[in-house]
Amino acid sequence: MDKILEVKNLHVDFDTYNGVVHAIRGVDFHLNAGETLAIVGESGSGKSITVRSILQLLAKNGTISQGEVLYHGDDLLQRSDKEMDKLRGNKISMIFQDPMTSLDPTMTIGKQVAEPLLIHNNVSKKDALKRAEEVLRLVGIPNPKARMNDYPHQFSGGQRQRIVIAIAIVNYPEILIADEPTTALDVTVQAQIIDLLKELQQKIGTSIIFITHDLGVVAGIADRVAVMYAGRLVEYGSVNDVFYNPQHPYTWGLLDSMPTLDTSESDRLNSIPGTPPNLLNPPKGDAFAPRNAYAMAIDEEEQPPFFKVSKHHYAATWLLHPDAPKVTPPASILKRYEKFKTLGGNVENV
Amino acid sequence: MAKYILKRILYLFLTLFIIATITFFMMKMLPGTPFSNENRMSAEQLKIVKAQYGLDQSVFVQYVRYIGGLLQGNLGTSFQFNNEPVTALIGQRIVPSMQIGAQAMVVGTIGGILLGAIAAIRKNTWVDTLATFISILGLSIPSFVLAVLLQFYLAYKWKIYPVALWDNFQSSVLPTLALSALPLGTVARFMRTEMVDVLSSDYIELAKSKGNSNWKVVTKHALRNSLIPVVTIIGPMAVSVMTGSMVVENIFSIPGIGEQFVKSITTNDYPTIMGLTIFYSFLLIIVYLIVDILYGLIDPRIRLGNGGKE
Repeated sequence: MDKILEVKNLHVDFDTYNGVVHAIRGVDFHLNAGETLAIVGESGSGKSITVRSILQLLAKNGTISQGEVLYHGDDLLQRSDKEMDKLRGNKISMIFQDPMTSLDPTMTIGKQVAEPLLIHNNVSKKDALKRAEEVLRLVGIPNPKARMNDYPHQFSGGQRQRIVIAIAIVNYPEILIADEPTTALDVTVQAQIIDLLKELQQKIGTSIIFITHDLGVVAGIADRVAVMYAGRLVEYGSVNDVFYNPQHPYTWGLLDSMPTLDTSESDRLNSIPGTPPNLLNPPKGDAFAPRNAYAMAIDEEEQPPFFKVSKHHYAATWLLHPDAPKVTPPASILKRYEKFKTLGGNVENV
Repeated sequence: MAKYILKRILYLFLTLFIIATITFFMMKMLPGTPFSNENRMSAEQLKIVKAQYGLDQSVFVQYVRYIGGLLQGNLGTSFQFNNEPVTALIGQRIVPSMQIGAQAMVVGTIGGILLGAIAAIRKNTWVDTLATFISILGLSIPSFVLAVLLQFYLAYKWKIYPVALWDNFQSSVLPTLALSALPLGTVARFMRTEMVDVLSSDYIELAKSKGNSNWKVVTKHALRNSLIPVVTIIGPMAVSVMTGSMVVENIFSIPGIGEQFVKSITTNDYPTIMGLTIFYSFLLIIVYLIVDILYGLIDPRIRLGNGGKE
């Protein structure tokens, strides 16, 4: 498959009153044409910052200190802000988390949807508005013609997120970055938005990077999953790899804290004890070690490299080192391994 | 919209009536009479003069008479200023005051919006510090001090503008500048605070992610949204600038209305006090009405009669 985007060794620092926060500490991933990559992790793990770095939309105190963002092999980090403007909203666009605050309250939605068209294409205002109307219909705004001149406050949350999506896709981008697009919505609307994104992907053939902390959402949309913790990836692979053959204890913890159909009302949901490390002073070893019941001495000393699990499945945990002792994952994870076998996967390295 | 404005105009007259009533009785509570300073008048003469002006009647009768005149558009005759009708008195004097006030508001508001916007865009840089410094100076230096300074340098030393004259546009420049400092400082501070907020909002990030240049993000999205609270303060400020220009008018020898107002109060010139109070109130209410209409134009969320769904 064609890699249309590749992020290599990305490091992002934030200058704060308390010192420099190393928010992203060496992230590598790529995006294949036409696929959906989900990046999951808890709040503050650096998911949003990672994808914002692709478009260089960081807050003023943030700097990309190292790394490359290759778009068709061309490093975007070498481009000026003006050159990036040509890409933003055109080839690569973004959907934001909170539809209630993402739209300009003083501009009609027709104009807001037409704006990227007018910026990037040589079209008349009339044609752009006509096209905006079509896209609003495409994302499921009823009676778009009549609603073009309405303002954001006249729409519901779900409708506003549809409008935000319309803005993002109006130029048929190659890459769509969706930063927790369903987090602020209630569950039924969430499902509608996910379906919409899938449908749009089929129609316009865009690749999607989908950021979320909700694993349930991931299963519904992603082809591949990358798990992020404390500014680094800890595991990545296909959805089946990560859901049914997870290798990193952090992934185990995440999966374990997700309610399943077997969870009864009286069950307590599991959670991962402790809190993520303070990235003002990132730990020397594996950042997850202090919260990890399976941590070994070396986890305190040295960051684990990525070990290959299968062809496209990697995990950064010392447990995969040939010299590491065999550990038994939690029962719920073992159940997942069983399922993985029925899916035709090989649980080789366990 | 038309219905709304009509309703507001109706309220305007009601408000004016209430203001006229309150002012009338408060004014009558002031000690002395319009003729207290006329020492040469005998008690007999004073009585005749008072009767002539109807001041020998009870306060209530005077009030009814005054309101009666008011309804016919008659503001009475000044006791002090050559027995001129109050309407004529205001009519002549109001033009220079309004001109300077309006010019100062335009200069101050536009200048303040620009200054505040630049400060917000260049937040935490020397540009921001300089802009803040200027706006604090504008807020804290009294307009008469600034007036004298401007007069000394721009008129007396460098002879660019006349020292104190009321003639052509040239002569209005210095008083306009002196009066614009306060609105400039106030608007700049409001604008900066609001724009800093707006610039960090989600819809600005989205606007940037669409591929807008930084300039377009500011002009198409940030500016308009930042103006909403600024519009609110412009109303009362406009009134205070247009009415509070007395000292500045004095310094530049401008035949404005401010002087008359103060003189009329110190001499118990009842019809002039009433006339000016009603006129100023009228002005204030009209300005507020304009602000409310402007507000709706800028912010669709408070636009009238379009039946917002929320």
